[in-house]
Amino acid sequence: MSPLLEVRDLKVSFDTPRGTVRAVDGIGFTVEAGRTLGLVGESGSGKSVTSLAVMGLHRGAAVTGSVRLDGRELCGLPERQLNTVRGRRVAMVFQDPLSGLHPFYTVGEQIAEHYRVHFKASRRAGRRRAVEMLAEVGIPEPARRVDDYPHQFSGGMRQRVMIAMALACEPDLLIADEPTTALDVTVQAQILDLIARIQQDRGLGVVMITHDLGVVARVAHEVLVMYAGRAAEQAPVDQLFSHPAHPYTRGLLDSLPRLDDPDDAPLRAIPGNPPSLTAPAPGCAYAPRCARTAGASAAQHARCLAERPALAPAAAPGAAAGRLAACHLPLVPEGARP
Amino acid sequence: MTALLSVRDLVKTFPGRRGRTGRAGPPVRAVDGVSFDLGAGETLGLVGESGCGKSTTGRLVVRLLDPTEGSITLDGQDIGGLGPAGMRPYRKHLQMVFQDPHSSLNPRQTVARIISEPLLVQGASAADARRRAAELMDLVGLVPEQLDRYPHEFSGGQAQRIGIARSLATSPRLVVADEPVSALDVSVQAQVVNLMERLQRELGLAYLFIAHDLSVVKRVCDRVAVMYLGRIVEIGDKHEVYGSPAHPYTRALLSAVPLPDPAAERARERIVLLGDPPSPADPPSGCTFHPRCPKAQERCRTEQPLLRIAGPGTRQAACHFPEA
Repeated sequence: MSPLLEVRDLKVSFDTPRGTVRAVDGIGFTVEAGRTLGLVGESGSGKSVTSLAVMGLHRGAAVTGSVRLDGRELCGLPERQLNTVRGRRVAMVFQDPLSGLHPFYTVGEQIAEHYRVHFKASRRAGRRRAVEMLAEVGIPEPARRVDDYPHQFSGGMRQRVMIAMALACEPDLLIADEPTTALDVTVQAQILDLIARIQQDRGLGVVMITHDLGVVARVAHEVLVMYAGRAAEQAPVDQLFSHPAHPYTRGLLDSLPRLDDPDDAPLRAIPGNPPSLTAPAPGCAYAPRCARTAGASAAQHARCLAERPALAPAAAPGAAAGRLAACHLPLVPEGARP
Repeated sequence: MTALLSVRDLVKTFPGRRGRTGRAGPPVRAVDGVSFDLGAGETLGLVGESGCGKSTTGRLVVRLLDPTEGSITLDGQDIGGLGPAGMRPYRKHLQMVFQDPHSSLNPRQTVARIISEPLLVQGASAADARRRAAELMDLVGLVPEQLDRYPHEFSGGQAQRIGIARSLATSPRLVVADEPVSALDVSVQAQVVNLMERLQRELGLAYLFIAHDLSVVKRVCDRVAVMYLGRIVEIGDKHEVYGSPAHPYTRALLSAVPLPDPAAERARERIVLLGDPPSPADPPSGCTFHPRCPKAQERCRTEQPLLRIAGPGTRQAACHFPEA
């Protein structure tokens, strides 16, 4: 049986006055029903572009590769056919709930709109569906609130409305792009719980895009760490956090201040800045910032800078299966943080 | 110890928003009776969710805003009521670092100009100001050769270093940093946190560090104050506050922060608060936290709790039923 979502060798590039930007340069992953893939990366790493490309929402970009939903190829599908998939089988929730909602329409009309289009439902059935959905996402007095406008909701409530809108057509896959980044931490906890509950009830596949490793640790089953448009590491969540194979993942974890850290030693920051995507270096994009490259022999150092590492099983002795890293010098579990 | 900065019963109200009738609503008490001390060379973290008044408090302290009531004492001198001319001699001791590094730097000025501006205002000569700007670039880990570049030529982390360099130009004793790292990428955040810690050690700076990220605050602060709806609900040594939070809001806030550790996340007991933070334009009666509080009782609805010592140490909490 084919997985719910299978993305292979996805490449997205934009032509800009300053040259071609390879925003996503060969990403692949699968998402099964009922599972959550965490897509992590810093700004400019290509995580949002990946999600837009999966939805076919990449205006003006050159996209190659394969995006299969239940075995059906979406990449290259004409708009008309994509429209039967978007919103219906795959839905999306964005970071800023206010800009995702139209200020002139009631939330009920907006939730019902999708549903009525995809199911050719009447106005009355659409409204009924909107009330059901508002109740499901935990909005009090849904029958009354359905006629309210977006500005009458708080930030957290708006994000619930967005989720109601995304789930009104019972999609199989939810792509959530930084859904809690604009929210306060106590409200973030509510929204993450809500997504987890709906996922359990419906067997929803989820792609959670975030820069927050704490959010990933909480919700993801598998994790894909992106750097400069490529996958740096792909692993089940426990392995990724306990024994990261890629020095970038290690660096990210080390540079995070943690609530449960007892010691107050200085943070181990990653030196330098993320690279430019217009003029990618020939070798590993992370090499200029990498502590392992810096500490390697001259020959190895030259290799990291010249030769792009392929995503391969991090086959160190004792390493668990199912883990891929794009690194010439992957970390072995002994080198992991105790 | 006399405090470098001493804030007492600080209140800031803003005029209410005009409704459809054109009549102004009741004034909003954005900061509603905040008091704290900050010693020389110390860092006090000010945490809370959006709208809790933490940024307004910071702006009042550096006198970008005029307090409605209360006093702000810097080194024994009350600066709360001073006008622009009266403030001028004190400005050099009080500087600010802002959240968004790019929007807080003038895009049409060179870095040299941006960093030396506070010095020129204080009466330094152009040559001295430029020399000092070069020193400051070096101090914050940038190359002095880049003095004549413009802000857009720098990355976010570098731009924040420029903002920090500007804040240090007048050799201040207190820097108010309002979300200084929250616009930065994770890998760059740590660089800026480490830089701020080093500068504090080398220059003996005091920081009022305003942030919503509790992990960052735990890292950089000596003491921490938790704000909710314009008031401090808990304040004390960070080990006491983080180790055994006394206020139910602090507990909920800490338990809501996701840990970057899947096993710990699964094992964790989480207090999920209901609802959203209320609007400061229409605060609940009694303890303003009571509608969301898992421990709320009748008394909490009617009587506003005051800050008092909770637990064995010096930490204070504003709660009728604090955790022991």
